[in-house]
Amino acid sequence: MTKEEIVRKLPYTDPFLFVDKITKVTQTHITGEYTFDENHTFYKGHFVNFPITPGVILLECMQQIGLVSLGIYLLRDKDFDLKSNSTVAMVENEARFYKPVFPNEKVTVLSDLEYFRFFKLKSKVKMVNEAGETVCSGVFSGILKPGDAKS
Amino acid sequence: MSQDIYPKLKEIIKPYLPEDVNPDAISTESHLVTDLNINSTHLVDIVLDVEDAFDITIEDDELDNMETVDASIALIEQKLATR
Repeated sequence: MTKEEIVRKLPYTDPFLFVDKITKVTQTHITGEYTFDENHTFYKGHFVNFPITPGVILLECMQQIGLVSLGIYLLRDKDFDLKSNSTVAMVENEARFYKPVFPNEKVTVLSDLEYFRFFKLKSKVKMVNEAGETVCSGVFSGILKPGDAKS
Repeated sequence: MSQDIYPKLKEIIKPYLPEDVNPDAISTESHLVTDLNINSTHLVDIVLDVEDAFDITIEDDELDNMETVDASIALIEQKLATR
C-alpha cells in the first residue's frame, strides 16, 4: 500500500480531514504532515480577534495520522473499509500541550505503535512544528469496529 | 489452581471498573461487560494485563472466551496447563 493510498482510504473529508500526506510508514511507526489553512471556519470563533488552532483539532489531527492512518496501513491486507464496512472510535487520549499552532502553520505528526491487538491500537503520538518544537504529545488509543456505525 | 487465579484476576479487573461500580460487585459469575460495565477497549487492556501477569498469550479469537470471570479463569487455567 502506498502512502497516497493510505490518505485516500481515510474516512474523512473537508472540512474534517487533517492529513495532507504521509511521509513515512512502517509496521510500528508513521509520520505525516498537515498545514492548517487560515480559511478553516473554526478560526473565526477560536478566539475572537486571536485565531489559534483549537486543542481538540490538534488531537484530531494527531489521531487521524497517528492512529487511523497507521491502522489502515497495518490492516492493508484485510478486508476493512472505513468508508463502508467498519468504523473507528477514539477511546483514550492523554496529552499535554506545549506550543500554540497558528493559522497556516505546518505540523508534523509522529506516531510510535505500542500495540495493535484485538482491534485496539495504542500509540505514542507527538506533534512538532516547523521549528522542530514539540507542540503536543501524548498516548492515544482507538478501536476499530467491524460493521456499520450504528451496530 | 483456580483459587490462585481468581484473586489475581480480580486485582487486574479493578482499575478498569467504571467509577460507579463497586469492586465488591466482582464475583466469579460476573459478566465483564454486562454486569461490571467494562467497555470493550478496557476488555482489551484486561486481556493484555492477564497475559503479562500469567505469562501466557491469548489469541485474537479467544477474546470471546473471556466474557465472564469464570470463563476467564478457565481459559487462564487451560493456558497455564499447556504452556
